[in-house]
Amino acid sequence: MARIIKNGEIVADPWCLLAPGAEALGTVTVIKPQLLLPLARWAQELELLEKAGYTVGVWLAPDDAPEALLPRLAQIPVIAIQFPSFTDGRGYSLARLLRQRYGFRGELRAFGDILRDQIYFLHQCGFNAFCLRPDQDIEAAVAALQDYSWSPVAGR
Amino acid sequence: MYIYNEVDQRLVDDRVTQFRGQMQRFLDGRLSEDDFRPLRLQNGLYVQRQSPMLRVAIPYGTLSSPQLRQLAQIARTWDRGYGHFTTRSNIQFNWVRLHDVPDILASLATAQMHAIQTSGNCIRNITCDQFAGVAADEVFDPRPYCEIVRQWSTLAPEFLFLPRKFKIAFSGGEEDRAAVRFHDIGARARISDDGKPGFAIYIGGGLGRTPMLGQVLKEFLPRAELLNYFDAILRVYNRHGRRDNKYKARLKILVKDLTLAGFTRDVEAEWAYARGGPNTVSAESFAAMEAFFAGPGYAGKGADDAEYQAALQSNRAFARWVARNVAAHRQPGYGIVTLSLKKTGMPPGDATASQLDLAADLAERFSLGEIRVSHEQNLVLPHVHRSDLLALWAIAAANGLATPNIGLLTDVVCCPGGDFCSLANAKSIPVAQAIQERFDQLDYLFDLGPLELNISGCVNACGHHHIGHIGILGVDKNNEEWYQVTLGGREGNRAAIGKVIGPSFAAAQIPEVIEKLLAAYVATRHEGEIFIDTVERLGLAPFKTAVYGELHGPHH
Repeated sequence: MARIIKNGEIVADPWCLLAPGAEALGTVTVIKPQLLLPLARWAQELELLEKAGYTVGVWLAPDDAPEALLPRLAQIPVIAIQFPSFTDGRGYSLARLLRQRYGFRGELRAFGDILRDQIYFLHQCGFNAFCLRPDQDIEAAVAALQDYSWSPVAGR
Repeated sequence: MYIYNEVDQRLVDDRVTQFRGQMQRFLDGRLSEDDFRPLRLQNGLYVQRQSPMLRVAIPYGTLSSPQLRQLAQIARTWDRGYGHFTTRSNIQFNWVRLHDVPDILASLATAQMHAIQTSGNCIRNITCDQFAGVAADEVFDPRPYCEIVRQWSTLAPEFLFLPRKFKIAFSGGEEDRAAVRFHDIGARARISDDGKPGFAIYIGGGLGRTPMLGQVLKEFLPRAELLNYFDAILRVYNRHGRRDNKYKARLKILVKDLTLAGFTRDVEAEWAYARGGPNTVSAESFAAMEAFFAGPGYAGKGADDAEYQAALQSNRAFARWVARNVAAHRQPGYGIVTLSLKKTGMPPGDATASQLDLAADLAERFSLGEIRVSHEQNLVLPHVHRSDLLALWAIAAANGLATPNIGLLTDVVCCPGGDFCSLANAKSIPVAQAIQERFDQLDYLFDLGPLELNISGCVNACGHHHIGHIGILGVDKNNEEWYQVTLGGREGNRAAIGKVIGPSFAAAQIPEVIEKLLAAYVATRHEGEIFIDTVERLGLAPFKTAVYGELHGPHH
């Protein structure tokens, strides 16, 4: 099982992330009962999957509008935000919106091109879980959460 | 001046530690060039033509004497004994070695300085009117607000990976001396009808490949909302600015695409959530910040300036220097002195380590230990009593810092160009020098009067050629360096973008082209009319004719 950082610790990741083009469930065997769906599929298949016994979270691409999640926000266990490249900063604003404006309190996960050198700033914006790029040293990344002993002005 | 508190100091110290580790991993091969590039850029480190270059921030252009000495020390220890002041009040060291950079950053941190966000797609160094706090025409001092915005923008976690760089400028005077309409955000000090301080906010200005004049986003923003409103602007930009094409990624393109009305609507909607929220700046916070910038005690200096008046009469060189290099101070009896870094033979904006030390000494002796850096690439001593001007002038003149050319043709604004910069298409410094050499007659320069000449070595426009009364842009044609000339650019309250006069020239032709433009001006100016006003009155036609001849005149 893949390892991620969650709340400052290295843990096994129980979630299975489905790509937008992934085949419909039922035609493939999904071993994990915990699914992260892309936004469009989450909106369409959530109820069906929950009835079938899956636990369902959602993942957002950087240009997705998080407002689509609002009616069920308090029930969503995990929102994952994709970083196609670590230099694409849109996910930082999505995290801020979800945490500060909409009050999301579940797991907020960064995945994709996630490097130890950005992890401190991702955390400052409200991410509490990190699925790193495969070449990253996960222990070093945990340590990088302490890169600064100071906190930024904005959002303090 | 602002003094770091423990939090500020910890930030820069932690930053040095973090970057030392990143540099070590890069040098070891554990961090790839692609992963390292944005990290080094956000620490001011470029890899240039001949050597890495380190760009150090001088927030809102303000330095103390110890800080200036620290810069001199860096120039001496890790560079080749000089530094280059940029058009955004930074200083660049052009000859640093990669593995020395963490030590240089550590030495900056000991003097409450850093190189954070002097490059990269993030909020850059905040710039400001170089006469802030002392200008006779000031609405109010913008520096406390600059410092508040500096703290907010430094490592602002949400805005470290914007679509493109983001530049903010503040101006406090009735006259805009910070080119606010050529920044992503420009803020001009305003007092509301009911007497409250705030800012007019301009948006979407910029030079570079697609020069645009900033537009008014908000006529009056109450000062308490400064960070909330900037946050709203930045969030709209971060989420919706283009990321597919770096040449279309600046805020000005987003504003154009959404239209000003559309962009304004988005910002106002975002601001509605933040308004009055946790980043609202309290009156107490403003008062605490203003206390750092409270004017020095000017007492103790008598009004006796008989010696000064006598020197003005008897010493022509001194009188000329006063006429060009000393500006009106809000405090009677004082002047604002500009030390020219535009002596012929020195690249514009360059200063040697000994000149930096000397400027630090002069500031301590004559200007209460304070120095400013102007976006025209000169140094400013903001608080000099008239009775000290003669002594100051004598020392500055003996050290190449008193060329009486501020605001004149030879006060050339110029980027490092093809001699250093890997982005440049053409050299810029030799062109500046050729012009300075051709026009070295002070009588002629004084007769020409105020005239701004700006030179950029490529379309990125670090030399701000679009806003020069005369602008020169280096271009590449079939691997040869050519120079395009623009006329009619202007900064200040009547800001305008210059227009290209016609086909470009070889470097060797440029002084002659300038000579023809000047001759056309002298022949057609009205009594007392400055160059740019003549250009505005007559348009480009007579100048094109002067340069290209009748056949290649207006319709070329």
